Amino acid sequence: MSDNAVVLAKTPATGVFVWPRPGGWRVFALAVAALVLVPVVVTFSSFAQVEGDILAHLTEFVLPELIGNTLWLVLGVAIGVSVLGVSLAWLTAMCEFPGRRLFDWALLLPLALPAYVTAFVAIGLLDFTGPLQTWLRAGWGITGLPEIRSRGGVILVMSLALYPYVYLIAKNAFATQGAIALEAAQSLGLSRTQGFFRVALPMARPWIAAGLMLALMETLADFGTMAIFNYDTFTTAIYKAWYSLFSLAAAAQLASILILFVLVAVVFEQRSRTQMRYGAVGRSAASRRIKLSPGLATLVFVYAATVLAVAFIIPVTQLALWTRDVIASDLDSRYWGFAWHSVLLAGIGALMVVAVALLLAYAGRQRPGNAMMWTQRLATLGYAFPGAVLAVGLFIPVAALDNWLIDSGRAWFGFDGTEILKGTLLVMLLAYLVRFLAVGFGPIDSGLHRISRNIDEAAKNLGTHTAGLLTRVHLPMLRASLLTAAALTFVDIMKEMPITLMTRPFGWDTLAIRVFEMTSEGEWERAALPSLAIVIAGMIPIILLTWRGGNSHG
Amino acid sequence: MAELALDSVSQSYGNRQIIADLTFTLPEGAIGCLLGPSGCGKTTALRCISGFEPIQSGEIRIGGETVSRPDWMLAAEKRRVGMVFQDYALFPHLTVANNVGFGLRGESRAAREARIAELLELVGLAKHAGQFPHQLSGGQQQRVALARALAPRPRLILMDEPFSNLDVELRERLSLEVRDILKREATTALIVTHDQHEAFSLADWVGVMHQGRIQQWDTPYNLYHEPANRFVADFVGQGALVTGEVINDHQVEIELGVLNGHIPVECDASGCDECVRSCHVDVLLRPDDIVHDDDSLLLAEVENKAFRGAEFLYTLKLPSGQRALSLVPSHHNHAIGERIGIKLAVDHVVAFRQEQS
Repeated sequence: MSDNAVVLAKTPATGVFVWPRPGGWRVFALAVAALVLVPVVVTFSSFAQVEGDILAHLTEFVLPELIGNTLWLVLGVAIGVSVLGVSLAWLTAMCEFPGRRLFDWALLLPLALPAYVTAFVAIGLLDFTGPLQTWLRAGWGITGLPEIRSRGGVILVMSLALYPYVYLIAKNAFATQGAIALEAAQSLGLSRTQGFFRVALPMARPWIAAGLMLALMETLADFGTMAIFNYDTFTTAIYKAWYSLFSLAAAAQLASILILFVLVAVVFEQRSRTQMRYGAVGRSAASRRIKLSPGLATLVFVYAATVLAVAFIIPVTQLALWTRDVIASDLDSRYWGFAWHSVLLAGIGALMVVAVALLLAYAGRQRPGNAMMWTQRLATLGYAFPGAVLAVGLFIPVAALDNWLIDSGRAWFGFDGTEILKGTLLVMLLAYLVRFLAVGFGPIDSGLHRISRNIDEAAKNLGTHTAGLLTRVHLPMLRASLLTAAALTFVDIMKEMPITLMTRPFGWDTLAIRVFEMTSEGEWERAALPSLAIVIAGMIPIILLTWRGGNSHG
Repeated sequence: MAELALDSVSQSYGNRQIIADLTFTLPEGAIGCLLGPSGCGKTTALRCISGFEPIQSGEIRIGGETVSRPDWMLAAEKRRVGMVFQDYALFPHLTVANNVGFGLRGESRAAREARIAELLELVGLAKHAGQFPHQLSGGQQQRVALARALAPRPRLILMDEPFSNLDVELRERLSLEVRDILKREATTALIVTHDQHEAFSLADWVGVMHQGRIQQWDTPYNLYHEPANRFVADFVGQGALVTGEVINDHQVEIELGVLNGHIPVECDASGCDECVRSCHVDVLLRPDDIVHDDDSLLLAEVENKAFRGAEFLYTLKLPSGQRALSLVPSHHNHAIGERIGIKLAVDHVVAFRQEQS
């Protein structure tokens, strides 16, 4: 539409529809994209100022272990979430067994449990001093259960917390194309099992890969679980470098290595996405579900029920029980303070993310084209960056800016403070924005795409101006999308741990911080109350998602 | 209600000319139609008139007022031009009544509601005022879109392929209904379509477009019976071209006989009798120009036939090997390969100069 813009720009302003500042939309989108690049540039440029002894210490003692730990973790979680996610997706999408309709959405519930909550509940229950081992020892004399605080334990917990990413996306793939493909395979003489492995699974591979990569990005980004398990990975190492070694440079160097890991996952994810092609979407999968034999159906039921119990029901029940024990003493004004901070930060963050996401999506509508599409993709890439990386990568430039401001303030106005920006919410909110912009952008952008351009033109033909177009047409039509975006972002910020932990101003402790502090002292019972609040908030978008999925013709 | 006038309007994307030298005038209260195959530029012409595309040369006037010039255009929302979109573009979050009332701003509530009621009555949807667009059938949505466009009493209504999303039976009925509604509102309207039946049943004036140009701007009757060039002859209606030799300025001979009528002397550069006489032309024969007659001595072979219910459309192979079409009542059921008697029933002659090869 560049021809269009040129002609319009030449025309006088009266009576002509011209956006204020013609370049404004592009400049805005580029600015958001630049914000994403800041942490990358900052962390990599940290190698410019090497602190010799610390770097030597890192490369000799820390890095080998970190890389080993990370590779094992990624490998284990990849296998765990793939097996759980794909098998459950296939069973609920394509087979009929008792309770299938319930499991169909209930298996998403673990999404509401942050991995760090599952982690400390698992340790609390399965530790040597926990109820299970105590009972086994006392009642049966059984000892020597595998140690939960181990590599296997971390992988198990992460797999249980993250399999819904693969499950959700693979289930859609199977439901939209599995039935037809399977029938075609059967008509060509393949058994169902052969059909699954030779047709349905290969067809769904891009979807599964995309879900898997999201799960692995979460794994690389995880801080809370690793801290609870004392399993050293890059995120915990970044935290220690900053707060124990007091070396921001070391933290930034570690962050830059973590970014390399993350970028591999991003490339694979983006490639998988371009390979996703939706075939004929039939709603007929329901009528063609595979009828399992009674024995097999029971087995499947037991499998699904076990996963749901271990990944969600038992942890939540345990949280509730612990909460009951401590609620009398812990539900005090301090607790309400944490809750208030959580809600306030999540609220501000969600509003900010939704506003920026709306403008970014709108920029794409006003100035469509390849350049804009790439800018948008870059701008929403922050979801892949671990919170610990963003904390370091955004704190460093803001601190530098702060120092410059202080110096200039001292020179020009006799200012004698020690911080202007550092003590504020600025770094934290910027980091939230980068990390969660994609969460808000997705629903808003697809909502905007569903509004035909003819709608805009119809409104203009009926005498509506630009502002009226937004308030009378687009915002009402986008209401559901905006709500979804806000809810998802709100919950993600409530659960968020490393950014909040590393960049919060003094006195801004949230529920997640409380969980971190209590778990680092091994006080599982006292971590339960704030966790339960986070979990309950986390159910909102899942209910929203399920409910909207069921009523998709709105 | 106002006259629409386009005066050598052109528009291009980069090097590609989309519309070229578009000129026509649609009188006040008349229904016009731009007819052409897809990609002929008709939709772009509509968007230029509605104010969504700038023009590179010429001028567009509505009711005498210039709305588009190469260096200036009146904003779409200020043109008072109503538009009915191909996909209707109804606002899904508003009821039928609120969709219709969307463009009625700055009027009193009572006036607004009266106008909404009037229009819903006009399009026969008074009972559906409180429903939402997705609860209506395609034909009903179409009429809501029309009512919405008519509500603010625009000077001109534009409709882009208004019936393309409807099934064939509904199309015919609705096009007559729409014509009726437009006439009762006495609105000037311009419709864009690729379907000549739609164009013929709706419009007072039809412009056949091809490669960004208007080939002929005329009444439907004239387009069919007096096409201005080969493209129009081919695009509008069915027919076949057979070679003829000009005898004089009112006679032409084809293999089936001599035709009388006005021979366009376009093949005559100098005006001399000699060159007219030697001139070869292509004569357009419509299916109704050849009548089946069992007693006729002129015979043609049935090469193909299509059953149309009341009649057959026969593709005939003439003795010379040229092909012609004939519409024959369906009780004359002849087999392919059979030779049947035919005779000419040409009302007036349409002939084009043969292309020099």
